Amino acid sequence: MSDPINLIATWLRELLVSWGLAPGLITFIMTLLGVLAVAIFVLVIDIFLVWVERKVVARFQDRLGPNRLGPFGLIQPFADVIKLLIKEDITPNGADKVVYNIAPILALATVLILWAVIPLSSTMLGADLNVGILFFVAAGAIGTMGILMAGWASNNKYALLGAFRTVAQVVSYEVPMVIVLLVPVILARSMSIGDIVKGQTIPYIVMAPVAAFIFLISAIAELGRAPFDMVEAESEIVAGFHIEYSGMKFGMFYAGELLHALTMGALFASFFLGGWRGPWAETYPLLGVVYLLAKAFFLYWVIMWIKYSLPRIRIDHMLNFNWKFLTPLALVAMMVTAIMDKVLAQSGTVFYALGMLAANIVIIWVTFYILSTYAHGERQRVAEPKPLATPELGKAPKS
Amino acid sequence: MVTSIQILFIIIAGITLGCALMVVTSRNLVHSALWLVAALFGVAIVFAILQAGFLAVVQVVIYIGAIAVLIIFAIMLTRRIAQDIGPRFNENWAWALAVALVAFVALGWMLASQPVAHTPLVPLDTRVDPVVLLGAALVSKYMLPFELASVLLLAALIGAIVVAWEKK
Repeated sequence: MSDPINLIATWLRELLVSWGLAPGLITFIMTLLGVLAVAIFVLVIDIFLVWVERKVVARFQDRLGPNRLGPFGLIQPFADVIKLLIKEDITPNGADKVVYNIAPILALATVLILWAVIPLSSTMLGADLNVGILFFVAAGAIGTMGILMAGWASNNKYALLGAFRTVAQVVSYEVPMVIVLLVPVILARSMSIGDIVKGQTIPYIVMAPVAAFIFLISAIAELGRAPFDMVEAESEIVAGFHIEYSGMKFGMFYAGELLHALTMGALFASFFLGGWRGPWAETYPLLGVVYLLAKAFFLYWVIMWIKYSLPRIRIDHMLNFNWKFLTPLALVAMMVTAIMDKVLAQSGTVFYALGMLAANIVIIWVTFYILSTYAHGERQRVAEPKPLATPELGKAPKS
Repeated sequence: MVTSIQILFIIIAGITLGCALMVVTSRNLVHSALWLVAALFGVAIVFAILQAGFLAVVQVVIYIGAIAVLIIFAIMLTRRIAQDIGPRFNENWAWALAVALVAFVALGWMLASQPVAHTPLVPLDTRVDPVVLLGAALVSKYMLPFELASVLLLAALIGAIVVAWEKK
């Protein structure tokens, strides 16, 4: 009874064979059932996430959060869902109907599709693609397309502004993210997420803390969560790309955003924290699912912690931070990892990990040195007296 | 004998061609761009049918994630072109159709006359990772073209920086 899911799958397959179905059809039915099982599992977690989000934000803001419906307010998310379902479904005047309706589907589907390549445990893996990491990037690209479509089709200037900001933000933060994802690829010598998790006898966060840090930041930017919520910035462009959406169409954006955060957590766990790995996870595959979800929820909590603690940063600062800090740092981290990998190729696992860690510490130290020098210069520049406050204000300004 | 893969290919190719046709006939430029995305996605599915998973994913990342987004962004930033502006045809459409047909027939004939076109589809060996082979080939056999392409991209990057440079 160590692996109930695969036991059920084998039993079902034998049952179908005994009915005398064609082998191709059996594979098709089994795949369909697998897809349905994973999608339903993930979507049920998604409903639960609404409660987690509200409860945790309440705790960060020194409130109680939902506590009236059921024990600890556990029925609250169902009330939320029912409210969303029975709301009037509005399509604004002048909206591009087809594009307007496809956009929320894309927003949720591109997140759901990522669970196909995340290994849930040693025996449970949707599709062991040899290009799993690129698949993740490609799904993100289609998700960006969904947001662009929503912003354009809404026939609303704020929605369009939100779409513009999305392109500026998501597309530029994709650069350091993709570069930094090469670090686990170098360490595991494979682009398959299953192989990356299998390679982590020592979690890669020990060997590549810089890469993990950059991935977390660019993941938050990709999610469009605070402090990178320029995409929906309530105080500037009301709600950004989903301003015109109501009812379940808005619900799909909302569910997609929450699930995306958890998915990013699961991906971070798979890339840097060892995914389903943990004590006895090899012998009891179900335990692997628990470990993966625990790590994913921890990362989800970290993302929320950052979201509710930091104010939104300005859009030019956001872009400067990406292009002048994260991208060069990601390039350095990737190149140092590749060089160290060749240097340490002959040494044992522990020595290899220690060498990588030492290289990362040097990167961190140099980065802090450069940053403090820059900050020193900035402080001096800001402290200089401003020309506006000079006493010659009464004179006519020289062009 | 038509296999299921062939049926799948015909359906996908038909959808891709239909989307490509919509790119040039649709009355709205943003719709054209979105149809282009659908057509590019269809090409990615064709790659996937041919078991070229790497090419399929890269097709989506580069053509949809970068190029199509850039096209849509350029359309949105240009005034008064993101709305219906009537039919997309001028009086030269017949000439364009003729040239396209000639090009299609010539390319099709060239491909069909190759001996490769008549070999049946062989499933890939599952023991070797095609991505690993591709990577190894890029830094050994195809070293020079690979490096040349990199230098070209680097030149484009530096050129973009020089154009955008603010003179002080």
